[in-house]
Formats: sequence, C-alpha cells, structure tokens
Amino acid sequence: MRSQIEREVERVLLRLDVNGEPAELHVPVHKTLLEVLREDMGLTGTKHGCELGECGTCTVLVDGRPELSCLVLPVQVEGRKITTIEGLADGSELDPLQQAFADLGAAQCGYCTPGILLASRALLNENPKPSRDEIREALAGNLCRCTGYVKILEAVELASASPRPRLSAGEGGPAAQPPGRVRAG
Amino acid sequence: MKVVGTRFAKVDAGPKVTGQATYADDIVLPRTLHCKFLRSPHPHARILSVDASAARRIPGVKAVITGADLPVKFGILPVTQDERALEHEKVRYVGDPIAAVAAVDEEIAAAACDAIRVDYEVLEPVMDIEDALKAPKDERIQDYGGPNNIHKLVALEFGDVDGGFAHADHTREDVFFFQGNTHLPMEQHSAIASYVDGRVTLWSSTQVVHYVHRALAKVLELPMNRIRVVGASHGGGFGGKTDPFAHEIVVCKLAMITGRPVKCTLTREEVFYAHRGRHPVLMWVRSGVKKDGRLTAMHFRTALDGGAYGSYGVASTFYTGALQPVTYDLPAYRFEGCRVFTNKPPCGPKRGHGTPQPRFALELHLEKIAHDLGLDPVEMKRRNFVKPMTRTVNWLRVTSCGLEECTRRVVEASGYATRKRGNGHGMGFAISSYLSGAGTAIYWNDMPHSEVQIKVDRGGVTAYCGAMDIGQGSDSVLAAIVAEELGLEPRDVRLVTADSDSTPIDLGSYSSRVTFMAGNAALEAAKKMRAMLGEAVEAAGKRYEDVSFEEASVLAEARFGTLVTAGSYTPPKIAGPFKGSGVGPSPAYSYSACVVDLDADARTGMVHINKVWIAHDVGRAINPLLVEGQVEGSVYMGVGEALMEEQAFRKGMHKWPSMLEYKSPTFLDVPEIETFIVETIDPEGPYGAKEAGQGPLLPVIPAVNAAVYDALGVWIDETPITPEKIVEALRRKAKGEPARVGPTAFPPIPYPPAIHVEPPPSDAVAAPAAV
Repeated sequence: MRSQIEREVERVLLRLDVNGEPAELHVPVHKTLLEVLREDMGLTGTKHGCELGECGTCTVLVDGRPELSCLVLPVQVEGRKITTIEGLADGSELDPLQQAFADLGAAQCGYCTPGILLASRALLNENPKPSRDEIREALAGNLCRCTGYVKILEAVELASASPRPRLSAGEGGPAAQPPGRVRAG
Repeated sequence: MKVVGTRFAKVDAGPKVTGQATYADDIVLPRTLHCKFLRSPHPHARILSVDASAARRIPGVKAVITGADLPVKFGILPVTQDERALEHEKVRYVGDPIAAVAAVDEEIAAAACDAIRVDYEVLEPVMDIEDALKAPKDERIQDYGGPNNIHKLVALEFGDVDGGFAHADHTREDVFFFQGNTHLPMEQHSAIASYVDGRVTLWSSTQVVHYVHRALAKVLELPMNRIRVVGASHGGGFGGKTDPFAHEIVVCKLAMITGRPVKCTLTREEVFYAHRGRHPVLMWVRSGVKKDGRLTAMHFRTALDGGAYGSYGVASTFYTGALQPVTYDLPAYRFEGCRVFTNKPPCGPKRGHGTPQPRFALELHLEKIAHDLGLDPVEMKRRNFVKPMTRTVNWLRVTSCGLEECTRRVVEASGYATRKRGNGHGMGFAISSYLSGAGTAIYWNDMPHSEVQIKVDRGGVTAYCGAMDIGQGSDSVLAAIVAEELGLEPRDVRLVTADSDSTPIDLGSYSSRVTFMAGNAALEAAKKMRAMLGEAVEAAGKRYEDVSFEEASVLAEARFGTLVTAGSYTPPKIAGPFKGSGVGPSPAYSYSACVVDLDADARTGMVHINKVWIAHDVGRAINPLLVEGQVEGSVYMGVGEALMEEQAFRKGMHKWPSMLEYKSPTFLDVPEIETFIVETIDPEGPYGAKEAGQGPLLPVIPAVNAAVYDALGVWIDETPITPEKIVEALRRKAKGEPARVGPTAFPPIPYPPAIHVEPPPSDAVAAPAAV
C-alpha cells in the first residue's frame, strides 16, 4: 500500500557501468533502472511511456541486449555493461543509426527514438544485414505513434548498409547536410 | 528555389537522436517538488466533504490543495467554461481530479493522496448516447445545455433540400457508428512550474502555449504578463494536448504556495483520463441521387458522445457536418448535430477533429449508393467532386483542389479498376479533405493568428515565433522559409519558438494551421529582411548574390541599426453569413485519396492489410521528407482506428487504460505504404503549401471498410472492424439476414428547426483574398 510509505526506505549501494563510466550510487532499493538512470544519474535521454513494460520506450542495452529499464532493478545489472542513448554516439561522432534516423526523418516527436535506436543497435550487432521482416520482428515491442514506422524501417536499412561515417554532430544538428556554408543568394 | 522542395533533415533531429532534446519531464530545477492527484473513483458523484488533514501531516508533504483553492472555471472554448482544475462539488468521470499534493518525492505525494478522505454521494452514471437523451435517474451531469444530458444541438439547412430529394431518382438512408479512441502519445503529459519574484513560469508538453497562458491567467487570477508559458520538447500530441489541463494549472498554484518548483507527470493510466480524444459518433445519412450518381441533396445527422465536459465539443459538433460539401458538390444540404454529456473522460480534438467520423459514414454511404445504382464507386464519386475555385453550398471557399489528381494517382498505381475481388481479397477506395488551419480563432478577436520576428546581427539570423513543434516539423518549416528567402541553409537559422515571454503569438499546433499561418508570417518577415539586406548591399555597390551573408548583415546593420523585421498572418474573412459559420472555413483545404488492398479471412475474421496507396494534395511540399512522414503517420493511425483502437468502458470504468490493452498498431501491423505527393500550388499558402498532418488519416478508415466488403461481401458499419464483427456479419449473411454489423437505428433527437441559409450567390466564387 502506498500509505505505508512512512516506513524507513531501504537503500542500497550500487556500482553500475553506464556508457563505459563506473558510477557509485546510494539509492532506494526498489527504484527501477529507469528511475535511477533518469533521476539519480541525470541520464534523461532514456524516456518512459508506461513504466509497465508495454511500450518499449525505456529500452536500454545491457551487455548489448535490449532490456526494458522500467522492469529492471539496478541490483540485477551490477557488473554488466549498460548502454543508454547518451552512450550510442562515439563522442560527437554519431552512430550510423542516429545519422540515418536524422537523415530520413525517422524521429518525429523523438520520444520513442532513444529506445528504438538502442533496440536497432542490438539487432544490427547481431544481424548486420537484417531483412525488413527481421527488423519488424526485432522492433515489435517498441511503439511509435508518429511515423507509421516506415521511415524507421528505412533508416535501419540505410544504417545497415553504411559504414560508420566520420561526420560531426557538434552543432546540435545532423551532419548529413552539406557543411553549413554561410552564403547569400 | 534552393531549400523549399528539398528533402532536408529536421532542424531538431540532432538533439532527438542523441537523447539531448529536453522534454518537460526531463527538466529538473533545484528543490523541485513532485505533484500527484487524487482522482475520483466514481463516474458520477457529489462530493460531500474532503478532509486532507491526515495528508498534510505526512512528513515531506509541502502543500495539499482542493477545489476551494482553485474555484475559477476554465475551458478551451469561451462558451463552455465548465471545468475546474480540482472539483469540490461534483465529479463527473472516473479520473476527475479532486485534490493535489506537492511533496519532496512522488511516493510521498502518492501516499498523501491516499490519506485524503472524500465522502461521496454516488449518482447514477450516464454512459452512452441513448441514456444521455433520456431523463436522468438522479441528476444531469452538467447544469447547462439540455434537455436531459444534451450539451449542444445544431441544425442548418443550405439550399432546397426537400426539392433536391424530390428530384432524386434514388434515395438511400444508412446508419453508422464511429467508436471513440484516444491519441496515445508516447510521452505522458508533463508540466513543471516555478514561482520567482511574483512571476510564474510553466514548461509544459502542450500543443497550445497561448491558450494555456490564457487559462492560467484566468484561473490563477494573475495578469498575463506575470505568467510565462514555454513549450518543452514535445513527445506527441495528435490533438491530445490541445486543451489547458488541470495539472498545468495545479503545478503553478502549488509553486505559488510553496515557493518551490513543482512538477507533475501523468501516469499512463492518467493519460487515458485526460483524453480529449475522438468522439464516439452515431450517424444517420440520407442522400438523393440521379441515375448517373449525381447527388441532388443530402441530410446528415450526428450524435456525439462528448464525455463529461465541453472541451472543444461545440466545435467538434459543427465539424461533424461541415466538410462533407468540401469534397462533394452538394446542391442542397441539411445538417443536424447533437452532442451529449456522459460520465466518461471528455472527448475533444483528435487528428481530423470531428471529421473522420462523418467521412467514414459519407464514403461508405456513397459506396453503397454506387452499388445500388450499379456504378463504379470511384466513377460515381468522381462525378460529384468539387471543383477548384468554387464556393460550397455551405459557403466554404475552395481554392486549390487536387482531388481529381489524387484519385487518378492511387487508382492507377493500385490497379483498382482491374482488381481481383472476393474470396477474401479486396480493395477499397475513399477520399477526403481537411483544413489548413481554422479560419477563426478559438476566442473572437481581429488580431493575427501567427506572428514571426526575425533578427539579424553580424552574420547570425534568429527567427522568433510562438509556434509549437510537436514533432510534425513546424520548426523546420520556419527555418526553411527564412533560409529560402535569405539564401541560407535551414540549419543556419536559429529558432526561438513556443515561449510566451520571448516569441510573438502563434495560436498553436492544432487544426493543421502552422505551415500555412506561421509559414506566411515567416515569409513576410523574411522578405522584409531580405529587402533591407539587399538595399544595404546595393548601396555599397554590390549584388546580394555576390556577397557573404555575414557581409550583407554587417552592411545592413551599419546602414539601418538593429536589424529586426516582423510578419504576421490573419486569415481572410470568408465565413458565411449565418450563426455557426465560424466552424469549417479555412484559407485552404488539403485533399487526399486512398486505396487499401487487404485479405480478410472468412473463418477467423482476421484482416491483413497488404498495402495502402495514398495521394495527398499538400499544395506545395516545403520538405517532401516531412510531408511523407506526416502522410505515413496518418495512414498508420487510420489503420489503428479502422482495425483495433477503441476507448471502451464497462460499469462506469475505462475498460483498458493501459498501452497493452488499448491496442495500437505495432511494427508488425503496419502495411506497406506508397505515398504520392500532389502539388496544386495554393494561391494563398506559403509557396503554395497546405496542410499534411491530419487530412491523410481520413480516407484510410472507410477505404479499409470498403475493401472488407470487396473481399467478403459484408458491411461493418462501425469502427473498429474487429474479427468478431466480421464473423458475425458473415453468419448473418449465411442466414439470409442483412449482411452487416452496425447500428440499426438512429434515436429521436429534439433538434431545433433548421436555420435555412441560401447558398452563396453564383458570383461569390473563390476570389483569392489578398495575403
């Protein structure tokens, strides 16, 4: 019952490896990985859509496999490698999936995008040239309400066909366009 | 043109693919408190008392407020100010907010809500249209409207309807039901407020910064200049974040009381209660036709299940009758509409606002008439298409119209005319139209609907506009237009949008208005800036095309001082001369046509959509990539509404307020979609552009339905088209009963006598207004 909240909250010392950085945290034992990432580590790139494991929005990678962070307790993933959307790019160099999603308009409101990017990365790591049906199957647990999924499918296919590009994402915009040449006329 | 018409990435794609976009729930301010709501467990009850004393004693609780703290009523429409942020007299649906707590964390806030004692006198709930039309057992849901639980009645008649029926060779009546459904944005609504030095700031996932601003000023009883509303990065709206909401008002009030920032993010269950989604609509339609299929008259009746409050409902009611004549040239038309209150979450605008339901009925009704007459449905509909540059019988001004070309594209590409029919395979065809922005504002005024300022200094250019990008790409449209005029790339344009302190007005992302209205405002501001820059460059003896933008801006700043320009857009005054004419007029209408190919299994009732061909007249595609995205997203949402999405209730309760049980299409459910962009270059749109975000949803649902008939010979005259309904219709067909599932009758409704309106005179054609 929620009204029993007044009891002392048990806390636990956590050692997590998130995006290659070790972190030590002292958090209530019942907090989910989603809550710890967002609220205790400031990694707000991981989103929440239902917090019941229904929508796929909060997907992160654990040892390269997609997991719903709303259903994972952090103590379950101590000592394992956690990757969030903040860890997908290599510094300012976008993952080919990020580049393809930007170039092809696969992110509209962008809210489901972090989870779908990570689920797609897990797929491509295991199956570098998936068929369209294999992509559909791999992403079937991730809902998107904006795109109709079409541009996402196209973007995963484009990323699977392209080597990791050496393009900068430094200016907050995608790097696929011609360099931002300032000109008149 | 160098930018307009090219496929460029959205200007906010970078932050969105890297997790850096800041949505409302991502905002963390020091000392932020968390807010939770106590909501009604009863669909209909009087509140006898609220005792929050135990809640206030819980350590960590900083404030508890109830209805007495926020007594001022609000509502999106001036005529229906019927909501309170917290109800203290009466609750009208399960989920109606009663009290709110601010505490140091969410769990304590939730525990405090549990500790609030409310005594109720439970009243009989009214849960559907038929019950709402009857005398209530206990009391009415609202104390206005009537008789019984009727909220609004409208009746309009254009031209000689009885004469039109008298001249018909054939008349037909049908009854349809469109089930309600919800937006289901991936992002739950979220808002965070601060109160510093007598000023409130609210960051919210809203589609309508300005309307939230107005509601806050009213309920908080503060001048608008003491309130700042900022639209955070937006995680999806589809119309669901177009009302001012209780949680937006409450976090401001709690911030004012506690002096600390307060955040409220709705749970997924609460999002289903916030709703404002698609109205369930029962419809009756009667049409007269000549032997060749030409329409002579139409009579259309609607009954909308509005839920517990007004929301946009008066407008929704008019919209169920407004756009039928925008696609089909009706010589005479009578519309009678009714909205009722029920004890359910309020309905409002969802993608297509009030028009997908009558579009569903209209397209299927005409399809059935074509079968009656032995005509090809495509050909019969085509004979009735409206023509460009005309006025409809209900005074709506049609300018550009790509209906004919949209139809040709999808019919040719799909092979509709030579399709294989029956034995479980079929194709269906439907068309539609939608507004490019409502021609009248929600509250009556003569001011512009959108304004843009541009600042240039030392090589930098910034555009300021109140427009709220909800993911559809309105920021990218603004950037494209400014870049086009100034000779830049879209990403060279810095944008400040959706902030009531720093941006001029835009009425928000609803009614598909932003590209058309903010686009025209941006175009005016950019042309003025280009003229200043050009004058300065020419005064220096050079040509604009030959100098860098930085040099041009330095020359102009030296010549004119601070470089700022502004543009604004006010829709032309084109509404007809009758009461109720404010709903329907738009500066331009988009047009769509669709063919659906599917397999339907007679044994299981399962439908598998193989492919959707969709053509959309967008006027001009400013960015074809984003237009395709809007069209594909619309088709997807239409498929969901056709086959599975359903906001259903049982014993006063929402049947499935969760994403698992409220079925929406996954990656595995969406068919191949082939999109054709049709450009008609509208005379008043920016570069000829019209809307893309809503219209393409409309034809998908009836096209699916027509295809099911094509495949199995049964009509499912209601949404969603579930396997159970198909199997039942086939069972009836086998028994020799009418081969359909759907409503059998339309209830008697006390519509007032129709206001008779003469059609526009023949010389009142669609002369383009001066922009």
